[in-house]
Amino acid sequence: MRFAVLQFPGSNCDQDSVHVLGNVLGHDADYLWHKEESIGNADAVVVPGGFSYGDHLRTGSIAQFSPVMNAVKAFANDGGLVIGICNGFQILCECGLLPGALVRNRSLQFRCEHIYLKVPTADSPFTSEVPEGKVLRVPIAHGEGCYFADDEALAKLQSNEQILFQYATEDGELTDEANPNGSLLNIAGICNEGRNVCGMMPHPERASENILGEDDGRLVFESMLRHLEARADLGQEAISGVAFK
Amino acid sequence: MKAKIVITPKKAVLDPQGKTVQTALEQMGYDGVKAVHVGKYLEIELEGDAESWRPKIDEACHKLLSNPVIEDYHFTIE
Repeated sequence: MRFAVLQFPGSNCDQDSVHVLGNVLGHDADYLWHKEESIGNADAVVVPGGFSYGDHLRTGSIAQFSPVMNAVKAFANDGGLVIGICNGFQILCECGLLPGALVRNRSLQFRCEHIYLKVPTADSPFTSEVPEGKVLRVPIAHGEGCYFADDEALAKLQSNEQILFQYATEDGELTDEANPNGSLLNIAGICNEGRNVCGMMPHPERASENILGEDDGRLVFESMLRHLEARADLGQEAISGVAFK
Repeated sequence: MKAKIVITPKKAVLDPQGKTVQTALEQMGYDGVKAVHVGKYLEIELEGDAESWRPKIDEACHKLLSNPVIEDYHFTIE
């Protein structure tokens, strides 16, 4: 599969993402500069973490107007898989592909540590490979990761099962102590209504190799790969179906 | 001519900066502080006609300068 990993001025998790997708998982992963106007023949897009445009004005606020984002929006609206990690999540919220916004951590501190994630649903291209009940251990590193949405938007996220990751204890309990930034409903990651766009504050790309301490993050990318492969098989069947007629 | 824009966090949004400033003011002995809200102030220098700028500044506030999900804004052009 081919992944496009966006690069904005100030992105800094782009190399980790390309490394994991390319060297660890063995797929094609290419950088895509933010001034490009097309995502080419990529099967999925990664909007990586970092501090695009120096976090000026608001996190992600300026990156949403980079030329490549028009192509990403069109790709996403067409059903393409897009994952935004950390600053990428902030960018996807700013550009309207995901509901809500990320504001200053309640503690006002930049939090850089390992946390635990409950995965409430396997019904998404980003969580399908996570075994039921498994709690993921992955790092966070952000100052503005407190998820906010109004009551109506939160109710919709819950009723559609769009909440994919929640800060939890090691045993998977949602507590205030386990919530590092004050996010409403302990939200660490969500998807859109179409379930093809995901944003998450934690960094799965920093937790995808045992040599680096843990590999729970791989499950997120493996879920995406499983989805893409299943879709490619369906495409093949559709094509051969046409050929037989 | 300048557009003067004030952006404040919406009431429903947690404002830990405001809370921290409020606590500091109380510790300094300023009694009767009900709440503090920390926002942003922007000045945009403009040329041309103020009335024709008004809808454009409003649009810019909505699209870029503020995030309507978490912030309110108001502005004057003078």
